[in-house]
Amino acid sequence: MNDARSLRRERFAPVTYALLTAGLLLTMVLCVCVGSVPITLSDTVTAVWNALWGLPIPQNIAKNIILNVRLPRVLCVALAGASLSLCGAAMQGLLRNPLADGSTIGVSSGAALGAVIAMAAGITLPGSGYGGVMLTAMAFAFGSLVLILSLAYALDRSLATNSIILIGVIFTMFISSIISLVVTFASEHTRSLNFWTLGSFSGVNYDQAKLLGLALLVCGSVILRYSHELNAFAVGEDNARHIGVNVKRVKLIILITISALIGVCVSISGTVSFVGLVMPHIARMLVGPNHRRLLPAALFAGAIFLLLADLAARTLFSPIELSIGVVTSLVGAVAFVIIFYRTRKAG
Amino acid sequence: MLKAEHITVRYGEHTVVDDVSFQLREGQWLMLAGPNGAGKSTLIEAIAQGVPYAGRIEWEGQDLRSMKSAQLARRIGVLSQKNAVGYAYSVEEVVGLGRYAYRQGFLSGRRGEDRDCVDQALEMTGLQDLRRASMLTLSGGETQRAFLAQVFAQDPRVLILDEPANHLDLNYQQQIFSLIRDWLKRPGRAVLSVVHDLSLARRYGTHAVLMDRGRCVAQGETEAVMTPDNLNGVYGMDVAAWLGGLLSQWQ
Repeated sequence: MNDARSLRRERFAPVTYALLTAGLLLTMVLCVCVGSVPITLSDTVTAVWNALWGLPIPQNIAKNIILNVRLPRVLCVALAGASLSLCGAAMQGLLRNPLADGSTIGVSSGAALGAVIAMAAGITLPGSGYGGVMLTAMAFAFGSLVLILSLAYALDRSLATNSIILIGVIFTMFISSIISLVVTFASEHTRSLNFWTLGSFSGVNYDQAKLLGLALLVCGSVILRYSHELNAFAVGEDNARHIGVNVKRVKLIILITISALIGVCVSISGTVSFVGLVMPHIARMLVGPNHRRLLPAALFAGAIFLLLADLAARTLFSPIELSIGVVTSLVGAVAFVIIFYRTRKAG
Repeated sequence: MLKAEHITVRYGEHTVVDDVSFQLREGQWLMLAGPNGAGKSTLIEAIAQGVPYAGRIEWEGQDLRSMKSAQLARRIGVLSQKNAVGYAYSVEEVVGLGRYAYRQGFLSGRRGEDRDCVDQALEMTGLQDLRRASMLTLSGGETQRAFLAQVFAQDPRVLILDEPANHLDLNYQQQIFSLIRDWLKRPGRAVLSVVHDLSLARRYGTHAVLMDRGRCVAQGETEAVMTPDNLNGVYGMDVAAWLGGLLSQWQ
């Protein structure tokens, strides 16, 4: 009836996903090639291909840089970007709140505190030195989420956007000061304050990439499985209950899953802001709000964005490497203001 | 179909619904009437399993508390008085959510039957032309019609409505009530609704429950419940004189 009111992006578009996959692969190759030591595309492809199939790698190729430094980093960045963006999209749908994200509502800070405490106290798991840190980060992420939502609920039973964000901001500031305290008094056991507040992928390895990959596979599958329910929540929690969603159960499962995934990411890379906040918005602009399309699109968008941010952090002021959070915050904040302004204007 | 026995809802020390019992039978449109704070909306929230309550609510002998969420949604559909969508979902997507309770599995797409139900609901509510429109661009009346279409697509046996035409202009009020009356004409259906407008309650209701301060004051056929004595006692004013006076301006 009214063309101006009709949606452009009603249908699932396989072309969009084909383009995103191609874009992700190209970005990954670009990130392996570009750096303080430039590497040609053919060297990169040859090294990765030969390593994959156990073939000898020619002497003239910088095998160590490609396979032991850049490739694990690129894998970790892509997986963390995808994870954070997926969590942001799920959280924004679940809480029906476009400002929700691990970093804005304090979940990432909670996870960082858990990781710092575990490192400072030397908490480990038998057979896995890093498992203790990761599990503590996951537990703290979930605890933070429950605490923030409980406080917001006590303040305002409708769990209004403003209440959650306000409490999240205050909680983040409070937690940051505790992290700062712990790092000050246990600096020999834990990583720098800069790492926990701004994030970094420097020195990551294949084991961490595997952990991230496994976490994304498990948690991502759970989140994607609940895409119908996320649509219902995004329309309204009461409406979700009325159409037959088991609201309490689904909410708890999604919150635990999000906390676990954010916990794993933060324990490996520190707190990286804005990925989970901005990328779902961009994905929503591309494919619409339906979570069956939005979640996979957010996953790709997050991976590509964080890869480019990491590339910029490594190369902009080379040999000085910036914290990745500096780049994501600079770009993300500007992008968010533009998106929010456009959305408000259109709405 | 639906039987509520001794329903009591408390918020802390405050009793909002106090020992209310009633039955809803096939073909009935039961109006819950009463002044503000009478507990009408809380009572229907209890029936929709949205608030904890004491007492028992049965669906054809089965306690509603023992039903799974989807099982309940296939029997009871709820239209709230105020609905708003935060993201740019299309009308069709929102209406399609009404078929959630019939999903076969998370990988399953929308079945032919689901598509038919959505098409039918859109047709009933006159929203076919707006099916691809963003919910964010709809007027209040169109939004309410979209959510009514969602409940129609849900295909429940009982429709629960909390002031369905609240904040709507007269034209939309008439549309919504006519749509619901048409829906009720099909066999095996019943409607339970909260309505503030007593004229609408008398016009469309077959039966009524009159409530005041959480308690049931009178129940039965609408004509028998909406008597001057009952209404004057509950509202503390001469209701017929007030409504008659308003009406006389148009004669």
